[in-house]
Amino acid sequence: MNIFANPNKPRGFERSIKVENLSRRGILKGLGLAGSFVLAAPLMSRSAFAAYETGASKMPHGTVVDPRVFVSIAPDGIVTIIAHRSEMGTGVRTSLPLVVAEELEANWSRVRVQQADGDEVKYGNQDTDGSRSTRHYLMPMRQIGACARTMLESAAARRWSVPATEVKAVNHEVVHSASGRKLGFGELAADAAKEPVPSIEGLKLKDPKDFRYLGKGEIGIVDLRDITTGTARYGADVRLPGMKYAVIARPPVTGGKLVSFDGSEAMKISGVEKVLEVKGWPWPSKFQPLGGVAVIARNTGAAIKGRDALKVVWEDGPNGKYDSAAYRKELEDAARKPGLIVRKEGDVDAALKSADKVIVGEYYLPHLAHVSMEPPVAVAEVRANKAEIWAPVQSPGGTREDVAKTLDIPIENVTINVTLLGGGFGRKSKCDFALEAALLSKELGVPVKVQWTREDDIHHDFLHTVSAERIEAGLDKNGKVIAWRHRSVAPSIASTFAAGAVHQAPFELGMGLIDLPFEIANIQCENPEAAAHTRIGWFRSVSNIPRAFAVQSMVGEIARATNRDQKDMLLELIGAPRIVDLSSVKDPWNYGEPYGSYPIDTARLRKVVELVAQKGEWGRPMAKGHGLGIAVHRSFVSYIATIVEVAVDEKGKLTVPRVDTAIDCGTFVNPERIESQLEGAAIMGLSLAKYGEVTFKDGKVQQKNLDDFPVIRIDESPRVTNVYIVPPGPDTPPSGVGEPGVPPFAPALTNAIFAATGKRIRVLPIGKQLET
Amino acid sequence: MIKLKINGQEQTWDGDASLPLLWFLRDEVGLTGTKYGCGQALCGSCTVLVEKEAVRSCITSVSDVAGRDVTTIEGLHPTGDHPVQKAWRQINVPQCGFCQTGQIMQAASLLMQNPKPSHDQIRDAMSGNICRCGCYQRIENAVHLASTGV
Repeated sequence: MNIFANPNKPRGFERSIKVENLSRRGILKGLGLAGSFVLAAPLMSRSAFAAYETGASKMPHGTVVDPRVFVSIAPDGIVTIIAHRSEMGTGVRTSLPLVVAEELEANWSRVRVQQADGDEVKYGNQDTDGSRSTRHYLMPMRQIGACARTMLESAAARRWSVPATEVKAVNHEVVHSASGRKLGFGELAADAAKEPVPSIEGLKLKDPKDFRYLGKGEIGIVDLRDITTGTARYGADVRLPGMKYAVIARPPVTGGKLVSFDGSEAMKISGVEKVLEVKGWPWPSKFQPLGGVAVIARNTGAAIKGRDALKVVWEDGPNGKYDSAAYRKELEDAARKPGLIVRKEGDVDAALKSADKVIVGEYYLPHLAHVSMEPPVAVAEVRANKAEIWAPVQSPGGTREDVAKTLDIPIENVTINVTLLGGGFGRKSKCDFALEAALLSKELGVPVKVQWTREDDIHHDFLHTVSAERIEAGLDKNGKVIAWRHRSVAPSIASTFAAGAVHQAPFELGMGLIDLPFEIANIQCENPEAAAHTRIGWFRSVSNIPRAFAVQSMVGEIARATNRDQKDMLLELIGAPRIVDLSSVKDPWNYGEPYGSYPIDTARLRKVVELVAQKGEWGRPMAKGHGLGIAVHRSFVSYIATIVEVAVDEKGKLTVPRVDTAIDCGTFVNPERIESQLEGAAIMGLSLAKYGEVTFKDGKVQQKNLDDFPVIRIDESPRVTNVYIVPPGPDTPPSGVGEPGVPPFAPALTNAIFAATGKRIRVLPIGKQLET
Repeated sequence: MIKLKINGQEQTWDGDASLPLLWFLRDEVGLTGTKYGCGQALCGSCTVLVEKEAVRSCITSVSDVAGRDVTTIEGLHPTGDHPVQKAWRQINVPQCGFCQTGQIMQAASLLMQNPKPSHDQIRDAMSGNICRCGCYQRIENAVHLASTGV
């Protein structure tokens, strides 16, 4: 699809709903250097031409393949490469520029990375979510680098009056081996800029065997030194002359609103300068601010103290009775009754009736908060009808659109400077905090930083959904599974955008429900209704968390009931190597990717199970109180299998001596960052399994901070996490890494707990369930 | 008027004496390497050294450190090459990096008091510092590396 085919694509979240695709949604100074490669950045956008098709072209604004937008070369030879995706810890700010440098034949030590502002017309889609960056941009970045290299080679050939076929870019210079002549990239930059940009179709990409950087994992992240010296700049670290500091008291119940406030005591606090109302939007409020009362001060500490002194009267609204314990019963009841059928093969009712044995598993997983280490924060400077924002946002393009809409100014007048993100995990796809800063700066006429406290972050998150999952498995007299019914009940993310959304959206159904990869004759997936009572949003790996937990726990339950090894049971259910046929699903969502390039390939699923079993020494002898568990899950079009070893002592204290994880993510860029993502996914998986729970009473979140919403600390982290990466086949398309490590962890853990103790955990978090 | 030394330089404060040191450092002095993560001494992102001791600056008021020497990440080493910082880079520890300055200050304090900690001692000493990205395996290895020579 040509990205210019529809310039009026829907904006904000609507744009994603319409394209049926999950989208969470300094100015380039220095590019105008005289004699530099890029004299200006003309608009010339093209889709990538690749051996495989991806969903990139369906994302808002698609991809832009233009070296003049992404690469500049200064006369001193320094190559500047644009990073247009947000860095929240995945390493993307290093990985994608590294791809450009590889094809460009640049020497990485002479490359600088510059963060793009939010401008999707110029750079293509910037929504850094859905584990999409490498899979959508590996090929475009290779092409951008190859274009620039070709232009440098052409310029050198012209200078020497030799055929272009006789020259070659090698390590930051172009050489003519016949004559021994060489010219550095800096010496060629000005001439190269005058060369025509070659057509993508005719580009010669490097042979992977000649790669110096890709697939090697020998490059540190570009921000490594700055991070270790405290000079890396996150959203919270932006300081502008005359900037004021704001914290906001927001309605404690989602959908509630301000009735009245008294700021007189707050104004007595030293350093507090002003108290004012912040506009809120009616629920469901999308990414718009919740509204409330802002305290403006000369520093954040004073603003927080001032807010503590506010007297505010709130009206709670329709969600004032939300009680998560009562809601859990509602969801579990709904899961016991028929719901909307979203996948149907064979006759599951008849098969369950005829089954020799039926095993029922009911699972429940609560709301989760993201708690990125950097709570939401943004700086805005709004003057006249222009707005400049500095913020840690995963969706710079979406933020730009939303700021323009909220302030009612032209989008061209909005600049979004993307800082480093102190963690994201999906929370920073929603730009409500940046909109608050914009509204306050407009009102006050000065730059404003809005800082969320940790309590704000937990109280007003776009929470991970809460879910009841119920699976019935029918077995014949030989123990073969002949029927599988999975009901999944959870409030949908769509409820944050549209009133009355009670069913899961296709992008949620596609995360571990309708994409069941098992070879079973009778399959039925159902989605009973669930209404939301708080803001629901994307959390790293999203609906895959409850679905993988249910499905992979059920595998363990069936293995137990039929007295078989968990891993053997898993491979039997996966069945023969094949491409899973989803033709019975009306609306199969495949992470936005074409099924042709990214099918559910059970050979790859089996491979990661077999690899982790071999490397992770599945079946190794266990000491008393120790146990091994295994789980596999495909998400974000990658395949991951995990083995967890647990130890549970007599008092029920749980520790994790060892984790082994195998991933097949297709062609990859930086294996060292894949390892770090999977090490981290094990920690996040352990956090949610052991502790993660946000509860509600009278419509209000009951947790406040990291003491009552704990996450794993180093003293309880796994002693060792081993990562194994399946080598890609030729032309295997790249797939996700940031999220897919999370879903298999919790069921592997609870399967291991069962092996160690005989106790089956069906409700998360584990909390005190193991205590004796 | 409160006087204190930060990274060897004298600083004064005549505002609210109960202002948390964290906000004094970040908003009044402009040293943003010290991070806010929780405000309740639960996460360790705001860790600084007061003399040799690791302190949570979010619950330490400016008046608490009157006359004391405070070291932030910016002052840990003149060129950013403290053994802990070097070990961190050698092992490629950070993901998002936000908590890392607090982790590094905590580790530096540990090694001042116990130059050769065991792995269990490292896990114990670092357990007040949360990393939501989950870099713990590398943190443990980096502290060990720093203690054995980078």
